[in-house]
Amino acid sequence: MIEVRDLYYTYPSGVQAVSGVTVTIRDKEFVAIMGENGAGKSTLVKHFNGILKPTKGEVLVDGRPTTKASVAELSRDVGLVFQNPDHQLFSETVEEEIAFGLRNFGFGEKDIEERTAWVLSLLDLMRYRKASPFILSGGERKRVALASVLAWDPKVIVLDEPTIGQDYGQKEKLRQFVLEINEQGRSVVMVTHDVEFVADCSPRVIVMSKGRIVGDGEANEILTDAELLSRASIIPPQITQLLDQLSDLGLPRHVIDLHQAKTLLDRLVGVGVEG
Amino acid sequence: MGCLPLEVSRGPGKVSSIELIRSNELGRESLSIVEAHDLSYTYPASEAPALKGVNLTIQRGEMVVLTGPSGCGKTTLCRCFNGLIPNFYGGELQGDITVAGLSIKEHSTSELAQHVGFVFQNPENQLFALSVEKDIAFGLENLAIPREEMRRRIDRAMDMVGIADLKDIAPFELSGGQQQRVAIACVLAMQPDLIVLDEPTSFLDPVAARNLFEIISSLNRDLGLTTILVEHRLDLLSTYATRVIVMDEGAIVADGAPREVFASKEVEALGIGLPKVTRLFRMFSEQGLSLGKPVISVDELAREIRRRVVK
Repeated sequence: MIEVRDLYYTYPSGVQAVSGVTVTIRDKEFVAIMGENGAGKSTLVKHFNGILKPTKGEVLVDGRPTTKASVAELSRDVGLVFQNPDHQLFSETVEEEIAFGLRNFGFGEKDIEERTAWVLSLLDLMRYRKASPFILSGGERKRVALASVLAWDPKVIVLDEPTIGQDYGQKEKLRQFVLEINEQGRSVVMVTHDVEFVADCSPRVIVMSKGRIVGDGEANEILTDAELLSRASIIPPQITQLLDQLSDLGLPRHVIDLHQAKTLLDRLVGVGVEG
Repeated sequence: MGCLPLEVSRGPGKVSSIELIRSNELGRESLSIVEAHDLSYTYPASEAPALKGVNLTIQRGEMVVLTGPSGCGKTTLCRCFNGLIPNFYGGELQGDITVAGLSIKEHSTSELAQHVGFVFQNPENQLFALSVEKDIAFGLENLAIPREEMRRRIDRAMDMVGIADLKDIAPFELSGGQQQRVAIACVLAMQPDLIVLDEPTSFLDPVAARNLFEIISSLNRDLGLTTILVEHRLDLLSTYATRVIVMDEGAIVADGAPREVFASKEVEALGIGLPKVTRLFRMFSEQGLSLGKPVISVDELAREIRRRVVK
């Protein structure tokens, strides 16, 4: 469990990025954090493994204040995958990149080998095992960064903009994969601008704007709240926009799912109705 | 050398397309900016070719969206446009491709770069100076453009993307959307014939992304700037593109107007990220409910459904 209590964070430049955030990420939760560029989303999640320490307030990981533990200790439980893989990758080969974290956490060589193989095949990277991360595409490098964190199997996985550079098929894989690791009992927190991806995943959604939390609830409530979304520079999902345009025809609000929309529209246009 | 007109058009006054067509270096009038014939390419130390027999003509003034699954060859194709392939990457190139009339086999990247500007996903990787105008000046300084000309081009580039008021601010202090506009201004100042943007809105929030696409679209529409956008998220730009090219396994598998391409069976089988409204439309079609031509926007689908509401 991650508890954030009245968190303030000011960067050395003087920019106050987080201004009084209180929020709890419970065990086994799946949470998306959304909001405009500069809303403080990445700054907030960088507190979860102690890379950033509060200017004021506190962050507790399983009851332990992040100021009382090293980033290495916290990272064992909270794995953070950065937005920009280039801030994270440095090894000569993809395989070494994965092994690096494992070695630092004291895994044995046999275990390292097995985990590396597991995570590389899971993320469709096996063929790049011996390749340098830097010859890969941006989307592939993002998967290497994710693999390097997943390998040590932290309890909480924080993904900063995981869908950037991923094609449709990979996003669908990522979605299934995220739901699966969540199902297995890990918490997943993702920072993202990808409204359609959030609509497909349907997690708890926290909306930030100007360093504060301005909305927190189920995806179908938050993503259909046009006023809230516009405060945070978010555009509603296409399905929601569509039903909103047809709202005079008596369609319900709070719909973000393609298949649910299809069922509702079927009735409207008479598909599947005899006669 | 560049194809952009000297004056920025404002409001409804459009620059006539004829002004935008400059003769190429050989002195021939040419409407096409990119011509690829049977282009195949294999990276060094790689066995499988990354491009397989690509034939492609892009006309001046087009707004092309280049898409396809990761590893399909779209980035490789873009690397040919400024000659990074083969000049930097090496490898084996067969067939030919000319950009602004220059064969990439015969011209250096520094020559080709004067015709083709690149904007990448993450503006942070592209900007480095301590003020916006110094960042824009950098490319021009490298070409030893005279000071007066430089001043004029920088001001104009900033005007074109609406960042004149940011000129003294350091790029790292700007928002992602502003930074990306600076990156575009840097490229525009070089007066390219062609601008290639590789997922330029990935790091932007949805409103900033929409605003950026509108700027890119207006540069294309009002100034005739030939634009190639590499993008996975087709929902964001289906209404801006004049043409969508889909690649798979190193080859072009679909090429046409967004509406035609989104309707094609090949594209569906590839599983590219069709807009949700297009997918809904398809689901209706498969059940035998014809809603007319394939839809590419929320407005279109809403209209079609409204017309068919059972009272």
